[in-house]
Amino acid sequence: MNDSTEIARSIAATHKNVPGGLLPALHGIQDALGHIPKDSVAAIASEFNLSRAEVHGVITYYHHFRSEPAGKHVVHICRAEACQSMGADALLAHASKTLGCGVHGTSADGVFTLEPAYCLGMCASSPAALIDDELHARLTPQSFDELVAQARSAT
Amino acid sequence: MSDSITVYVPRDSAALAVGADRVARAIAAEATARGLSVNLVRNGSRGMFWLEPLVEVLTPSGRVAYGPVTTKDVPALFDTGFLQGSAHALHLGLTDEIPYLKKQERLTFARMGITDPLSLADYQAHEGFAGLRRALTLAPTEVVQQVLDAGLRGRGGAAFPAGIKWKTVAATPAEQKYIVCNADEGDSGTFSDRMTMEGDPYMLIEGMTIAGIATGATKGYIYVRSEYPHAIAALNAAIGQAEAAGFLGADVLGSGKSFSLEVRKAAGSYVCGEETALLESLEGRRGIVRAKPPLPAIEGLFGKPTVINNVITLATVPIILARGADFYKNFGMGRSRGTLPFQLAGNIKQGGLVEKAFGLTLRELLYDFGGGSASGRPIKTVQVGGPLGAYVPESQWDIPLDYEAYAAVGAVVGHGGLVVHDDSADMSKLARYAMEFCAIESCGKCTPCRIGSTRGVEVIDKITLNKNRPQHEKLLRDLCDTMTNGSLCAMGSMTPYPVLSALNYYPQDFGLETPAEKAA
Repeated sequence: MNDSTEIARSIAATHKNVPGGLLPALHGIQDALGHIPKDSVAAIASEFNLSRAEVHGVITYYHHFRSEPAGKHVVHICRAEACQSMGADALLAHASKTLGCGVHGTSADGVFTLEPAYCLGMCASSPAALIDDELHARLTPQSFDELVAQARSAT
Repeated sequence: MSDSITVYVPRDSAALAVGADRVARAIAAEATARGLSVNLVRNGSRGMFWLEPLVEVLTPSGRVAYGPVTTKDVPALFDTGFLQGSAHALHLGLTDEIPYLKKQERLTFARMGITDPLSLADYQAHEGFAGLRRALTLAPTEVVQQVLDAGLRGRGGAAFPAGIKWKTVAATPAEQKYIVCNADEGDSGTFSDRMTMEGDPYMLIEGMTIAGIATGATKGYIYVRSEYPHAIAALNAAIGQAEAAGFLGADVLGSGKSFSLEVRKAAGSYVCGEETALLESLEGRRGIVRAKPPLPAIEGLFGKPTVINNVITLATVPIILARGADFYKNFGMGRSRGTLPFQLAGNIKQGGLVEKAFGLTLRELLYDFGGGSASGRPIKTVQVGGPLGAYVPESQWDIPLDYEAYAAVGAVVGHGGLVVHDDSADMSKLARYAMEFCAIESCGKCTPCRIGSTRGVEVIDKITLNKNRPQHEKLLRDLCDTMTNGSLCAMGSMTPYPVLSALNYYPQDFGLETPAEKAA
């Protein structure tokens, strides 16, 4: 049993008596570890008295949860209609080139993971992106590149 | 200068996304450097997003606005005396006199951008908790009757009368009942829920507390999408302060009635905005749609009677109780009573929040408020009511925005989001995207939605690639008919709205003949 499994188990234990506590537990684990390791599923399941299949089902159902570690920085680019009307498709293609990875992919150097978002609620200031925890709106390919350069230099 | 001057810089996440925090820091630093005393308030947004970050200064004649302000503008603003409301290139005059705001009928959004969202004193100075105080003087059935009489319908999109849900829950005996707030605002083009949670969270807390008192529910959950971290933080802070001040807890305002609230973070599933999928998710499972009946009002969260309403529905309850059902229902038209916070989004010059009584037209919103497209090109189409709403062509822009009038032309008002596209939009691409989105977000329980959406993408591709185009057009229509009539919830049954409206009104984008060409 490794460290991350123990962390996952202890977080699960604090939520097991909360009604509907599995989602809050999974959020807690992902916040602590950056992802929900596959080998921690059995420990989570045993805390909640669920089958591994049930826990696996919940983790894989929700787009927010990831089973593999992400890059150092996660870039979410909104793909929804309002952002599309202001050039989100072109921005996504540009981002993919700048970051060197496709959608759901991580760059070879492990610095960036690119994810789609389906609405960040910035629909009157499109196109929008979320870089780690920071929102950015009215983006252009140039301003996007500047933000990426800032994130890269902070690495 | 001895007196401190109050300066407002919004904390709404759409303002943060264009640098509001940096502007606030620059103003504070510049004031310090010049030895001036500034009282910096982080208010909600006024909802004029093209002007964000919108900085306001409190002057003897009222609040004066400047925007959009960048950090580079800050020294010049100080030089020209913006703390006294002086002229500057970014000077917009008195905020309340800006036509975009002045022409609105803000009932639910009356405090938005005016108050500090987390200040209980500000909230109460602007009619806050007047609705709850009145509700506590009424019998629970009278509170429900007020909501019924006001004609308040579900603002999440389905427009079901809120009072009917409340009445059913109130009449269903159970040892535990729940109030659930659907804050899974996943529709593109909508942000009114987000603004409410970030900019006026006590209003939602008050509305949910009134719902609890009216129905006998003692516990409430707010299910907020994970894409809204600022809303989650604002709600948690507001709940903590409301509890400490006795507005929530075991003895609400000394009434002996108990009501507590908890925020639950969603995990990025669009279909969890459907009420039964949301309940499954709150219970810790995959967000799979439940068959109805049983209705959530009878067997909802954890099998108990549950009121489940959208953020705006619940946030509108306080003003109905404070001012009375008659006041509220005198706004609007037909069976669409009151106001709706419309959200102007996408390719629009002046995007933002416009709260108006039902009955105005899309053309008024697009041009009188929106000022036309952002790109300067002609507007081609507007998707009204989110990703499951129809694309409304120009021939329908003079129809009043009213639930029934929109339904009559095969469109929906929904949550009031309007996504504007200019003439560069390819409608076959947008129709394909609607099917693709349904395929990504389908919960998978019913076949028409799960399989139909994937087949829909393929069929649209065949139409655009001109492979047996007439046959595939017929097939697409047949598929849409199956999805509309055979799906378990709105995800599958309404995806045909954007698809068919695109096909019907913009056939040339699919390489098909227009009706005029067919007739010739």
